[in-house]
Amino acid sequence: MTGISEDRKHTEGTPADDNMTLGMKVEQLSAFYGSFKALTDVSMDIMANRVTALIGPSGCGKSTYIRCLNRMHEVIPGARAEGCVMLGDRDIYDKSTDPVNIRRRIGMVFQKPNPFSKSIYENVAWGARINGFRGDMDELVERSLQQAALWEEVKDRLKASGLSLSGGQQQRLCIARTLAVEPDVILMDEPASALDPVSTQKIEDTMDQLKQSYTVVIVTHNMQQAARISDYTGFFYIENMGDPGRLWEFDETEKMFSNPDRKETEDYVTGRFG
Amino acid sequence: MSHGSTEVGRRQRASSFKSSLGVRHTLDRGFTLIVFGATLVGLVVLAILLQDVAVDGIPLIDWHFITSFPSVVPQKAGILPGLVGSLWLLGLTALFAVPIGIGAAVYLEEYAPDNWLTRMVEINISNLAGVPSIVYGLLALGMFVQLLGFLTGGRSLLSGALALSLLVLPVIIIATREALRAIPDTVREGGYALGATRWEVIRGHLLPMALPGALTGVILALSRAIGETAPLIVVGAAAYINFLPEGPRDRFTALPMIIFDWAERPQKEFISLAAAGIVVLMVVLLLANMFAIWLRNRYQRRY
Repeated sequence: MTGISEDRKHTEGTPADDNMTLGMKVEQLSAFYGSFKALTDVSMDIMANRVTALIGPSGCGKSTYIRCLNRMHEVIPGARAEGCVMLGDRDIYDKSTDPVNIRRRIGMVFQKPNPFSKSIYENVAWGARINGFRGDMDELVERSLQQAALWEEVKDRLKASGLSLSGGQQQRLCIARTLAVEPDVILMDEPASALDPVSTQKIEDTMDQLKQSYTVVIVTHNMQQAARISDYTGFFYIENMGDPGRLWEFDETEKMFSNPDRKETEDYVTGRFG
Repeated sequence: MSHGSTEVGRRQRASSFKSSLGVRHTLDRGFTLIVFGATLVGLVVLAILLQDVAVDGIPLIDWHFITSFPSVVPQKAGILPGLVGSLWLLGLTALFAVPIGIGAAVYLEEYAPDNWLTRMVEINISNLAGVPSIVYGLLALGMFVQLLGFLTGGRSLLSGALALSLLVLPVIIIATREALRAIPDTVREGGYALGATRWEVIRGHLLPMALPGALTGVILALSRAIGETAPLIVVGAAAYINFLPEGPRDRFTALPMIIFDWAERPQKEFISLAAAGIVVLMVVLLLANMFAIWLRNRYQRRY
């Protein structure tokens, strides 16, 4: 294993501000849909074993950005990205990089829960199996479901369909299946936006656990959520209609919510617009 | 005071909407009657047809009829070679058309880029579904019977099944594509996000999810194939043979061929025999469809 996995061992158990290691490094990333430029010139240091929240008004490129981080953006016909995204010592946009491998190492949880139409067990096991997992599958499934705080609710019906679960449970199942392929980074695109407050609470609790072992990036429309769970916050903003989205300000969450450098950030986090 | 505000509310509504609820309900009932009538026409005609055939045919169906060869003597005539030939055709056609049809649908829906060429192909596949079956027969005569006769054995089961496969391919392709298109992209993205390749997503999620829809297409396709007569006549199926085909390169006949032959004869007994043949054909068709529907439900029930 290279890069982040090595680093993770060193940071485990160390206090927050010591020995910070870099999880991902984004340099001058721009994203396009056909000829339309949706996002321009984003640079960001994503710290390992921290939660980085991405906030901003609708349509300013947050989802586009997070999809660029594991090369899911290009799955959309006509979509492409330019720039450099480093995971460890490897540029994920390098010609020699296989996006299939990148997506295993950088997992993703989507806005709408999208479990497969398979059993709960198979939902978790499938990704591990196609990636050549050779260990004890039962153990992996149990561990992943426990990490996603779903095990207690489903342990007696692992053979039931993943689609039979409630929305909040489905989303935690999607988190579990992402964990089962043992990624370094987990990207979450508004994972709680379609859920009720109780389910949201459970997902937020899960995330607090997750950052012990993973680097987490989360897009959210919920300012309180960003303030509660994240260590770093990036504010995306479009100044004039039709411009591409930009990373307007990026800093520690505490500073972003108490004393941001830019006026637009302050207006947004205090709820004056957006 | 509350009385006054109610008055205002009513007056405003009355001025902006012309409600005639009675007329709307009458229209609703009228339309219900019309669509019910439309359903009834189809059902009644079908019932009369079935009853007519059953009354004529069923008394003639016995073990002898199922297990004997055709004969010029109506009392001795049986349908065995047609039954065996049709089952062969059904099996071979499914063998060729199902994998090719589903494969083409997967390519067009999941792999092919969306450009003018693939759109042309799409339109033309829809057109092919409407081409008269005799045209496929002529194509098969030129290609499979004559050009590739050394492979197919000429006027053989294989040539007949290939003609029928061409005929039903568009139906299978269209049904499978519709089924694939109905699967939301979030399923594909969920698979890719776990580090799956395109084939792994197709194999693991898309094909199982599309299978019920694809099987509906297969049911329609094979139902059509087993009843077709015109392409088999052109390919050169015999109306009368006194042996059973033992392999795909053998000469053959089929149920609709024998029914057609009997129905053309002047003797009244043969007309009744044709009715009996139709009953046998429909039973084979129903059994094949029941199998496909059972298969479909098995997959639908799973999750």
